[in-house]
Amino acid sequence: MAIEDDVLVIGGGLAGATAALAAADQGGRVRLVSAKQSTLRHASGLIDVLGYTPSGEGPLSDPFAAIPDLPRGHPYERVGPDAVHEALDFFDAIAGDAYAGAGTESNALVMTFGGTVKPTARYPTATAAGLASDDRDALLVGFETLPDFDAPLSAAHLESAGVPFAVRGVTVRFPGLARDDAKLTRYAHLLDRDERVSAAGGSGAREALAATVEPHVAGASRVGFPAVLGDERADEVRADLADRLGAEVFEVPMGPPSLPGVRLEELLYDALSDAGVRVTTGVPVVDYEPDAEGAGRIDRVVVDRNGTDVPHRADQYVLATGGLVGKGVRSDRERVFEPIFDCHVPHPADRYDWFVDDAFGDQPYAKFGLPVDRDLRPLDATGDPEFANLRAAGAIVGGYDFAAEKSGAGVSLATGSVAGRGAGAEVNDR
Amino acid sequence: MSDAERPTEGGTGDDFEPIQVFPEAEEMDLRPGADNCYKCSTCDTNCPVAEVDDEFPGPKFQGPEQWRLKRQDDHDVDDSVMKCSNCMRCDSACPSDVPLSQMHNTARGEYVDERMDTFSREYVRNRILANYRRLAPLGSMFPRTTNFVMGLSATQWLGEKLLGITSEREFPSFATETFREWWDKRGGAAASRKRAQEARERRGGDATSKLRAEDPRARRDQDSSASRGGTSDRTEPKRIAYFHGCYSNYNTPEVAKSLVRVYEHFGYEIVVPDQHCSGTPMFANGMIDDARRSAETNVRELAAALEDGADIVASCSSCSMSLRQEYPELFDLAGIEDVAANTWDAVEYLRVHEDLEAELEGSTVEDDLSFAYHAPCHARNQGLDGQTIELLSRIDGVEAHDVGDSCSGISGTYGWKAENYDTSMKIGAEMFEHMADANADTGLTECPTCSMQMEHGTGYEITHTLEVLDAALVGTETEGRTQ
Ligand SMILES: Cc1cc2nc3c(=O)[nH]c(=O)nc-3n(C[C@H](O)[C@H](O)[C@H](O)COP(=O)(O)OP(=O)(O)OC[C@H]3O[C@@H](n4cnc5c(N)ncnc54)[C@H](O)[C@@H]3O)c2cc1C
Ligand code: SF4
Ligand code: SF4
Repeated sequence: MAIEDDVLVIGGGLAGATAALAAADQGGRVRLVSAKQSTLRHASGLIDVLGYTPSGEGPLSDPFAAIPDLPRGHPYERVGPDAVHEALDFFDAIAGDAYAGAGTESNALVMTFGGTVKPTARYPTATAAGLASDDRDALLVGFETLPDFDAPLSAAHLESAGVPFAVRGVTVRFPGLARDDAKLTRYAHLLDRDERVSAAGGSGAREALAATVEPHVAGASRVGFPAVLGDERADEVRADLADRLGAEVFEVPMGPPSLPGVRLEELLYDALSDAGVRVTTGVPVVDYEPDAEGAGRIDRVVVDRNGTDVPHRADQYVLATGGLVGKGVRSDRERVFEPIFDCHVPHPADRYDWFVDDAFGDQPYAKFGLPVDRDLRPLDATGDPEFANLRAAGAIVGGYDFAAEKSGAGVSLATGSVAGRGAGAEVNDR
Repeated sequence: MSDAERPTEGGTGDDFEPIQVFPEAEEMDLRPGADNCYKCSTCDTNCPVAEVDDEFPGPKFQGPEQWRLKRQDDHDVDDSVMKCSNCMRCDSACPSDVPLSQMHNTARGEYVDERMDTFSREYVRNRILANYRRLAPLGSMFPRTTNFVMGLSATQWLGEKLLGITSEREFPSFATETFREWWDKRGGAAASRKRAQEARERRGGDATSKLRAEDPRARRDQDSSASRGGTSDRTEPKRIAYFHGCYSNYNTPEVAKSLVRVYEHFGYEIVVPDQHCSGTPMFANGMIDDARRSAETNVRELAAALEDGADIVASCSSCSMSLRQEYPELFDLAGIEDVAANTWDAVEYLRVHEDLEAELEGSTVEDDLSFAYHAPCHARNQGLDGQTIELLSRIDGVEAHDVGDSCSGISGTYGWKAENYDTSMKIGAEMFEHMADANADTGLTECPTCSMQMEHGTGYEITHTLEVLDAALVGTETEGRTQ
């Protein structure tokens, strides 16, 4: 027999986790199967809804004002503006104190590690004191061993971008690290556990770091660090540093790998466990079997557990396996395809039309994904649903370019909650 | 030593020299796999060793970067590979399917072969730790004496000074009767066949089918079970070959006995093929030749059992991991793919082939119990992380709390080495804290070394999921629990 559930969500990124939570909200038994870790570990941890329009206008201060004008086929057009609102409310309830910006419609402007300012809808509390709209003077602190964040350069960029506050940058050595390429988790662990660091006469990592930074504060009322300030006890680490420095402390979101992304992942997986969602990770779905009676339904999917095929069956399925990065959509020399159900992925026949020469141009491949109906059912080449009991969510859905629009997390939340709610409701109807 | 044991303890596997058709595993070319790496560092953020130990450069270096260097020039394997604990977390993290643990295993094998002095204390110690199965029979010949001697602080002090085995840990004690001795005394496969048949007859009519009819999911499945073979025919003989591994044979035979009782309860006859160590501790110590010798015996015996219509099940998550993933990755032996594809975790097998959930629904244990459950890394890698909690929640009076996804830190022989002890305990700290917070009666896991670490770090007594299933499904039904 198969492992049985009401709703099976395939893919454990932001879209899949949201879909599973929304489905569980409807009362059914939900399982989430995810092969590998998701792009949350690359992403900044910011929840972008829409920073720029598809034609590049922005930064937008009110993303909702722009949603009605999005082209047909864009995921927000598919689910409608109300669903985007509801999805953010849903996220706010899950995230609780861990995120700021709850209940607001407009974008906040957050300082990034490159010294630019980015429009985003929700941001980790750890980043809250780092808004670019705030007029308090700021000090940015970089570490010699984390060259991706060049604090003096970022500060200079911010000043020339005309932010409404004075900002300086300084580079220091992180106390007590033996190697130059220590992992981010090592920094976080030292601060989380306040481990003794030999370099500074046996004091704890927090005290040693504060002592190193303190001489540079010079009146700044907020101090920004790269996002490595703790993991399980991040709030405590920030509060402790703030206390010692006499200034507010915030984290500047970094590029991949990203601890705020890891923390968001932890938050979502805790919520899944609280909601009773059954989670299976480390193994991929590799195939499916259609319902014997035809009717265009999926009967079961096959999970490959290190070589053994294990059937999993549910009434409703949600496909949230990500885009080209998450491996939900793949390409070879001939074609672009969706590997589990072979859902239709529209793309030009000639692979030289997949890209344009200008690296910063409007890349066709960035929008590759599944076309869906308003229930988020993937559509075949003739515009009919591929399967009656399959919905899609997240980066696997086509019709948008999340990197250009700054809409990655927002689309995953909106499509994830609509697909999950739809799947859960349909189970109840049966 | 009992008769039943002799074949595996003897030399059958050791002097069996198969013809080498394929190049040695050490010569395996993994460099192309390195090209899949797009340097996202997801693996690095998952490595428990890199999080607590500055000296360890992390899986991205250990895997793809090192293999890339090897392509450019004949670079030696870096000695830091010996600091990798082989938890395999990086493996299941990588979004780009880079075969990280295969790279680590292969690099470790090469390092030990080419760079490690075979007279060094480290080599001797690692060889001893990796070949636990060879020493265990000696220990279990005189279990009481061994337990006494190993517990002496003088022995532990000597272990640390002479061999670099930490004196902080207590050696696991040996059972006075091994599982195989018990199995043999009980009548071996013949007795199991009889018990299984009785169980099938008993189950044939009522008990479970009533349960199944009440559960809509079970009903849905029964409608189509014909198409899968599934559980339709309740009187057909069903057979499994049990890979018990070393630990449940010599140290925790209760786990193995529980497996026997639970499977017989479902009407399975059990065979217990001759077997060697699964190889997990050998991979982790770069003793690839030792591992291959063991694999030759295991694959031969298990493939024969498959021929006889048995599926393979293991009760230790590292053993099933090894048979399923590492064997086909590292060795080319006749039948190895077949063995890998038909090996199961013992609980998962029942989950898929029987309606284990329906059977557990509403079952009870004698006294209410609460467990602090840790999913071993190697179970996590097989997608088994949620299974135990899901199943135990069906039993009335049993509560199981997941203590989170951190690594226990011991990783087999890793945490036994004096130089790794501190790292191992630092990694474990998070799990220890969560176990203490869970405020449960007993600890629960499926990995023997995780259980040593859990006990060592918290003082909890630790049990195995199969023992809980045994208590819920079989209880005192047929055999006394003392047997
Ligand atoms: C580098 C980078 C930076 C980003 N930065 C931001 C940002 O700053 N702000 C923002 O809002 N968004 C950002 N995003 C976008 C965002 O992180 C996600 O890409 C988006 O939310 C899509 O999530 P998803 O859940 O659809 O897919 P993914 O996160 O890709 O998850 C897909 C999951 O499915 C699993 N999977 C794939 N195939 C299978 C299978 N066969 N069986 C089982 N499981 C499978 C994968 O292992 C993975 O866990 C960024 C993305 C990237 C790549
Ligand atoms: S997770 Fe995979 S792709 Fe990413 S750095 Fe590690 S090996 Fe490379
Ligand atoms: S196997 Fe474990 S210890 Fe070794 S590199 Fe990978 S994550 Fe780190």
